[in-house]
Amino acid sequence: MRKERAGVVFQEQIADHIYSLSLKAGFAKEVKPGQFVLLYSSDRSRLLPRPISICQVSRETGTIRLVYRIAGEGTREFSGLRPGDGIDILGPVGNGFPIADFKDKKVLLVGGGIGIPPLLGAAYELEHPVFAAGYRSETYLLDDLSARGRVLVATEDGSLGVRGNVLDAIRQEYQKPSELPDAFFACGPLPMLRALAEFAGEQGLPCYVSLEERMACGIGACLGCITKTAGVDGHSKVHNARICTDGPVFRAEEVDWS
Amino acid sequence: MTGKPSMEVELAGVVLKNPVMTASGTFGSGMEYGEFFDLSLLGAVVTKGVADVPWPGNPVPRVAETASGMLNAIGLQNPGIDVFIDRDLPFLAGYDTKVIVNVCGHSEEEYLRVVERLADTDADMLEINISCPNVREGGIAFGTDPAAVEKITKAVKRAARQPVIMKLSPNVTDIKVMARAAESGGADAVSLINTLTGMKIDIEKRCFALANRTGGLSGPAIKPVALRMVYEASHAVKIPVIGMGGIASGEDAVEFLMAGARAVSVGTASFRDPLAAPRAAQGIEDYLIRHGLTDVKDIIGCV
Repeated sequence: MRKERAGVVFQEQIADHIYSLSLKAGFAKEVKPGQFVLLYSSDRSRLLPRPISICQVSRETGTIRLVYRIAGEGTREFSGLRPGDGIDILGPVGNGFPIADFKDKKVLLVGGGIGIPPLLGAAYELEHPVFAAGYRSETYLLDDLSARGRVLVATEDGSLGVRGNVLDAIRQEYQKPSELPDAFFACGPLPMLRALAEFAGEQGLPCYVSLEERMACGIGACLGCITKTAGVDGHSKVHNARICTDGPVFRAEEVDWS
Repeated sequence: MTGKPSMEVELAGVVLKNPVMTASGTFGSGMEYGEFFDLSLLGAVVTKGVADVPWPGNPVPRVAETASGMLNAIGLQNPGIDVFIDRDLPFLAGYDTKVIVNVCGHSEEEYLRVVERLADTDADMLEINISCPNVREGGIAFGTDPAAVEKITKAVKRAARQPVIMKLSPNVTDIKVMARAAESGGADAVSLINTLTGMKIDIEKRCFALANRTGGLSGPAIKPVALRMVYEASHAVKIPVIGMGGIASGEDAVEFLMAGARAVSVGTASFRDPLAAPRAAQGIEDYLIRHGLTDVKDIIGCV
C-alpha cells in the first residue's frame, strides 16, 4: 500500500455515466484481483479519497484499469482526466478474492451494476470462469467479459438476457445441483449479495462477497467503513470488520446479513 | 544561522521532540500509519479513545464528506483497555515518540477504571475525552457543563499517575469557561477543539447521510473556529493548550502556535495524506528556518 502520483494513459466513456480509466501505477505489479485503489480529488475542498475497484491490471506495462460510475462531484472530476494528466492514488488496498484456493475450480463470478468490473480481473486469474452479470437496462463491459468466459445476463427491463435480477438468471441456468459451480465470487448491491449468500448457503457452496461502504481514511485507521460480522473481529474485538483493510472480500458466512 | 532550530516543547513535564501530535480518533494506535512513515518523527501519538470494555460504535454510514470537511459518527468503536494494553501500547513503545492515551467512558466510574489500568503502563500522558458528540452518555454530556468538567477532572486527577489533558468540546457558548473549569479541577493541560456537531441530508434519498443523524464536523472547514477558540482558551488559563481543528500543513500549525497553543494535533488531514502529520512538523521547522528563528517556543502566543 502506498500513495503516489499516477499518470493517465487512457480514458473513455463506455456507458451512461460509466468510464474506463487506465493509469500507470508503480504498484501495478503487486495488485491482486478484488483489491481497490483510493483516488484523491485535486480540489482540496473534497477531502476524502474515493475508493474504486481495480478492474484489470497489466503487470507488463504497469497499468491498472478502473471502471467506475459518476456518483458525485469527485468521480465527475475524474471523468475529465485526459492522457498525460496526473492523479494522486493510493493502493493496492484490501485483501482481494481467494484466487489460489479456486484457481482450477469452476467459479461463478456474480456482478450487479457497478460491482461487475473487479470480476473481470479475477476471471483472468481463474482457469474456468463463468460470469453472471446483472444490469438495470444498459449493459457495459459485456464484450470484455465474453472474451474471458460465458456470461449469464440479467436485465431488470428484460432488454437482454433474463428479465429480472442476477439471481433469477442463476436459478434459471442451474436447475440441476450437479451443474452448479464450485464457488461464487460476487460484487454488487447489498440485497444482491445477501440473496446470493443465502442461495450459496442452501447449496452448501463457498461464496465470497466484496462489500462497499462510505470510507474516510481507506487504510484501516478511522473505523468508518465497517460491516457487521458474525464473529468477533480481530481489530476491535467487537463484531465489526473494516471493509477497507479486513475486506473488501469476505466469506459470506463471516458477514452478519441481518 | 547554523544548525537546526529547537523544536522541543514541554507539556506538564513531558518533553516532546516537536509540537506535532495526532488527533485522537484519526490515527488509531498508529499501526496503520506506521506502514507509511516512521512514527518517531512525531512529538506524540495520541491514540483513539479507549474504554474499559470493547465498544461496538454506531451503525453505518458513519462518515460523510462536506465542503472542505467531513462528518463522522464512529461512536468510539474500540477494543477496550485489555487489548489496548496488550497489543497497542507495546507497539507504540517501539517508537521514539511520546504516547498520549485518549480515554473515553459513559460514566465517571468507567473513565476511572481505564485511568487506573493505565497507571501501571508506560503511557506518557492521558487525554480525557469529555467532548465526543457521537455517544449518548458520557462524552459531550460531561464536556458542556463547567461544573461537570471540574468534577470529572478532579476525579481523574486523583486516580491518574500520568499528567492529564482534558479534551474540550467547541459545542459550548464560552470555551474560556470550560478551559477554566478544567484548570480548576487540576488539569495539567487542555486540548481543543473536538468536532463541531453537524448534519448532512441526502436529498435524493430523503434521509440523513449518517445513520446517527448528526456527526462531528472536522477538517479545514472548522479551522478558523478552532483557531479563535484556541486563542481564547490560551489567554484564559495558565496551563498549556494543545490546539487542533483543521490543521493540514506546517503553515496551519504555525497559526495555532502563534494563537497560543503549546502543541498541535493533525487529524482529518491524515485521511487525505497519511504523511500529513510529519509534513506539518517539517513545515514548522521550515518556517522557523525561513524566518531565522532558533526556537519554536519563540512563536508560541506571539500574536
